[in-house]
Amino acid sequence: MSILIDKNTRLIVQGITGRDGAFHTQQMIAYGTKVVGGVTPGKGGTEMHDVPVFDTVAEAVEKTKANTSVIYVPAAFAADAIHEAADAGVQLIVCITEGVPVNDTMDAWHKVIEMRGANNPLGKPRLIGPNCPGLITPGQAKVGILPGHIVTPGPIGVVSKSGTLTYEVVKQLTDKGLGQTTCIGIGGDPIIGTDFIDALALFEADPKTEGIVLMGEIGGNAEEQAAQFIKRHVTKPVVAFIAGQTAPPGKRMGHAGAIIAGGKGTAAEKMAAFEAVGVPVARIPSEIPGLISELLQRRRARKKNGAAKPAKKAAKPAAKPAKKAAAKPVKKAPAKKAAKPPKAKPAPKKKAPARKK
Amino acid sequence: MNLHEYQGKELFARYGLPVLPGQVAGTPEEAREIAAQIGGLVVIKAQVQAGGRGKAGGVKLAHTPDEAFEKARDILALTIKGLPVRKVLVAQAADIAKEYYLSIVMDREKKLPLIMLSAEGGVDIEEVARVSPEKILKQHIPLEGLRPYAARALMMKVFTDFKQAQQAATILLKLYNVFMDDDCSLAEINPLAVTPEGRVIALDAKVVLDDNADFRHRDWDEHWRDPADESQWSRLAREKGLSYVKLDGDIGCVVNGAGLAMATMDLIKHYGGEPANFLDIGGSSNPEKVTAALKIITNDGHVRAILFNIFGGITRCDDVANGIVASLKESPLPVPLVIRLTGTNEEKARQILSDFGLGATTSMDEAVQMVIAKAQEVAS
Repeated sequence: MSILIDKNTRLIVQGITGRDGAFHTQQMIAYGTKVVGGVTPGKGGTEMHDVPVFDTVAEAVEKTKANTSVIYVPAAFAADAIHEAADAGVQLIVCITEGVPVNDTMDAWHKVIEMRGANNPLGKPRLIGPNCPGLITPGQAKVGILPGHIVTPGPIGVVSKSGTLTYEVVKQLTDKGLGQTTCIGIGGDPIIGTDFIDALALFEADPKTEGIVLMGEIGGNAEEQAAQFIKRHVTKPVVAFIAGQTAPPGKRMGHAGAIIAGGKGTAAEKMAAFEAVGVPVARIPSEIPGLISELLQRRRARKKNGAAKPAKKAAKPAAKPAKKAAAKPVKKAPAKKAAKPPKAKPAPKKKAPARKK
Repeated sequence: MNLHEYQGKELFARYGLPVLPGQVAGTPEEAREIAAQIGGLVVIKAQVQAGGRGKAGGVKLAHTPDEAFEKARDILALTIKGLPVRKVLVAQAADIAKEYYLSIVMDREKKLPLIMLSAEGGVDIEEVARVSPEKILKQHIPLEGLRPYAARALMMKVFTDFKQAQQAATILLKLYNVFMDDDCSLAEINPLAVTPEGRVIALDAKVVLDDNADFRHRDWDEHWRDPADESQWSRLAREKGLSYVKLDGDIGCVVNGAGLAMATMDLIKHYGGEPANFLDIGGSSNPEKVTAALKIITNDGHVRAILFNIFGGITRCDDVANGIVASLKESPLPVPLVIRLTGTNEEKARQILSDFGLGATTSMDEAVQMVIAKAQEVAS
């Protein structure tokens, strides 16, 4: 199992004839992803790596039944590409492009959220990125630029704001025999389509994911929110890591969103937020495999020993915590409703009570 | 990009926001001339991007052009929070009856512009936010834009005088235009001042522009970017497309990817070293970038050893290795180099490096410990 992408993913590449688009199309096909089409206005009717190219996303979706799109178009046109994909009924839109103006992303974000509203005949689109490496479900599909050779199927969900740091940690997990369900890079911009919370909800709902590794960085408060969400809604073990412990205030550290502004968004605050809810924080990346492995073993042992327990557990959450749990997503809706990868079930309504590690 | 106050006011004036006449001066003589032109009481303000200028002696009043000369000379000799004052703004001084705070900032959480308004103006707003957050009114601006009635209603919550509220509402609407049309991440007026005659004016301006939008503001670079604001090395980094932030340590690092670059700095600190910089060479790894990166790091500050940390995903390790070798052939390094690379084409890269007499490790932890040891050797 996995989240968001799998063997049923039918992908189109927006900007397929560009340098990056063409290169990564080849890489994604080589990994086994079903790339069914590409879009470059003016290049319709041609082919790229044996993939048909269309002039518009609407045409590409109509002809190929694509459900996912990945965007490699230049920053000036990336937000428009998101709008086009959403309007064409694409369900999962992954924007790799870096350097998209925040105002443009804001518009695109609200468009996607609006379309997630109840009776949209085009379904419920989800945006990942911009400025992200995309996602990969080991052995099934990759959408974006994550290298395929570092992942292996297994029980861990990985979510991160970063690109190469994710590769680093994923490789360390793989080297230690800890495979992954899906690895998702949500992006380093101030406004992104899918946040930690959304990814956590998806991993929590995915039966094959047994533990989650979350990698954040300085800037904003998405990590603090993730910590609160974990406390209330995540029963699976989570290990966190925060990059930028030595970052000076007021300086942008590469990613547009990675900046300590007005004394807010420091690594120390974020680490404290996770620790306060019982999520172990790795001090350095190489601690992550050990921490998550230990938690996985404990969880498995608990499950084994506690076969009788679930009954007891089931009785409890019905009371107060469940109500509390339900209240939050409603407030955040519609963004926070779990997405629907083909065949996957929506996020379960049942919520565990207090978090226990 | 952060604008100086005088630049922010120039931007504000373009959008019709009420700012008092003033000009920037780089010398006491210029300050005297501007003061004479303006006539009457002027205020001389240090143009550095740091808060607390007043407390540091960077804001002074002058009654005459000669006094403006003296005050400007004093202020131009200051260093405020590590930043030497190279320019002063000489502006008409205003009598102030009351000071407010007004800003628009992009709220990452709600994904909408957020208005922040307070009757506690002229002071450090972060302090107000910490001590008495209830004194700051916050209101999001919907995607459709800011309606005049909404701006008026908001201002009437803070201003008791209707005419003043009306003026403040007009200022807010114009500030919103600045924010949207000029792609700001922050547009702040602190203080938004009321004169004894009841006129509402923007006495200060703090503007942060969204660098991602510079492609559609061709004037930004040439009009706002002050060559003297950045070191020659920061400029080289920007021109070569490298993300670079100088720090105080002695271990230089060249990394691909922002997250990994931050994690590398953290790891250096973790093992007892001090990082000299943040540097992300990005996905591309052409020799030109590698050369520029090494040039910047070895010249800007006092580096004792350099670490390359490359995770070859899309970036190919052999490309980076070629870049390193090409760069070293051109200009040998004055300090020890530790190379860590892993991932795509790692073996090829190792071969290229060893042909040139260089070794490389695969573990990030090991590499960081090695570079710290080398730096200590150099130091002793």
